[in-house]
Amino acid sequence: MIEVNDLWKSFKDNPVLKGITLSIPAGQTYVVLGGSGSGKTVLMKHVIGLFKPDRGSVTVNGVELSGLSGKALTEARRVFGMVFQGAALFDSMTVFENVAFPLREKRRGVKLDEVRARCLEKLRVVDLGEEVLERFPSELSGGMRKRVALARALVSDPQVVLYDEPTTGLDPITTDYVDGMIKAAKERLGVTSMVISHDIASAFRVADRLAVLYDGHLAAEGTPAEVKASKDPYVQKFLSTWFEKQ
Amino acid sequence: MRRLAAALEDFGQMLFFFLETLAWALRPPYRLELILSQMAFIGVGSMFIVGVTGTFTGMVLALQFGYAMKQFAADGYVGGSVAVALTRELAPVLTALMVTGRSGSAISTELGTMRVTEQIDAMDSMAVNPIQYLVVPRVIASVLMFPALTMLFNALGFAGAYVMGIYVSAIPEGPFLEHTRQIMAPADIWHGLWKALVFGLVVSVVTTWRGYSASGGSRGVGEGTTRAVVASSIGILVVDYAMTLVSVAR
Ligand SMILES: Nc1ncnc2c1ncn2[C@@H]1O[C@H](COP(=O)(O)OP(=O)(O)O)[C@@H](O)[C@H]1O
Ligand SMILES: [Mg+2]
Repeated sequence: MIEVNDLWKSFKDNPVLKGITLSIPAGQTYVVLGGSGSGKTVLMKHVIGLFKPDRGSVTVNGVELSGLSGKALTEARRVFGMVFQGAALFDSMTVFENVAFPLREKRRGVKLDEVRARCLEKLRVVDLGEEVLERFPSELSGGMRKRVALARALVSDPQVVLYDEPTTGLDPITTDYVDGMIKAAKERLGVTSMVISHDIASAFRVADRLAVLYDGHLAAEGTPAEVKASKDPYVQKFLSTWFEKQ
Repeated sequence: MRRLAAALEDFGQMLFFFLETLAWALRPPYRLELILSQMAFIGVGSMFIVGVTGTFTGMVLALQFGYAMKQFAADGYVGGSVAVALTRELAPVLTALMVTGRSGSAISTELGTMRVTEQIDAMDSMAVNPIQYLVVPRVIASVLMFPALTMLFNALGFAGAYVMGIYVSAIPEGPFLEHTRQIMAPADIWHGLWKALVFGLVVSVVTTWRGYSASGGSRGVGEGTTRAVVASSIGILVVDYAMTLVSVAR
């Protein structure tokens, strides 16, 4: 369960978030839509405590993350898995070492066979096999890197998964896979997900609740049907770019 | 005035970063394998450049001292003079400058790239503290390897001086070695090794900080590396002066 309450953040004289309030119930999938540069990534990084708010708070499972630092913050992050926009794979490590990283750090001394099996299992979900294990991220295509990042975020079975534009730059088939993964994680494992996207089709497929971020605040917030019916002119314009094509 | 304030604030942030590094160094888990691999990179990887610099420095010093001291028939003291100059001063300083150019810049670039491509954020998000994982091993490895490389510099430098002194300047071997033993004390070697240890700390903290705090894409990483190398080099010279002053005044 994630609560964001009246969150404000600016960088120097660039106000990015101007009073965001939202709440993600446990086990649900929450999608934040918005144009590029609207502050979606900044919002998500507050949820995992990578940024400190200027004002307001972020609470995860009853713990206020924005008040923590050092060891306590590191510990509090154990419930999360996060997929970064640019994959953010460790480029000095192989695919196997990347995917194994959260497992080995969570439980030091875990057996190699077990780690390998878990990594392969998660890689298979994103349609990658044994042949990529020993490759370095620089030897993969952009879409493959993204899929490895997905596997890495899910390998330690986190309670909360944050996806920063998981389908941007992926082909339609892989996009379907990723949408399927987000749904499966929710249905089979009860995972709480926050998804950032500007892919409207994909957003409406996976979301239990949606928000549209514009000019530092949420221009619309609610169930997919509610957001679709929003009278806000920006939301109308944003959604029409896609719905008109249907 | 505003630039001075910004520079002071930056320095303050670096000190805070250093304290955080100390705190994380003391907490488990202790990542021995990461320290060893950094020792290999910083130490073993720099042996060639430090060895070459040491050998040439020793050879040149012996020739120059021989040239100067021959004028008043004091060339028997060349070995001792070279040994003191190397162990107290040139070995730690030149080793540190060479390793800054080779490994310090690489540390800054690597961490800077990890910062701007969100790899450091990713590590944080996986509940692994990046200071503990990335910075601590580099600082510990530097503090250990700078003195070790300085010893290598001493050894090869003196060997170079010996060859030049005996075979080129034709100084008799007996007085060359005898006077070295009289002039140079173990304390001189220790003095140089302490300096090397402090240089290792200064260089590793400055270069990891510049990488860790990088921003602004690949351009920002490049600028950070340049600043790291300049600040490390100046840091080495200033710390060297201060430690020499304290030691001589005592
Ligand atoms: N670390 C930072 N320092 C300064 N400005 C930042 C930082 N991160 C993001 N910003 C600014 O915040 C705004 C929103 O960025 P971001 O959240 O990445 O947008 P997006 O919605 O595309 O993910 C941009 O104007 C960006 O320049
Ligand atoms: Mg973004």
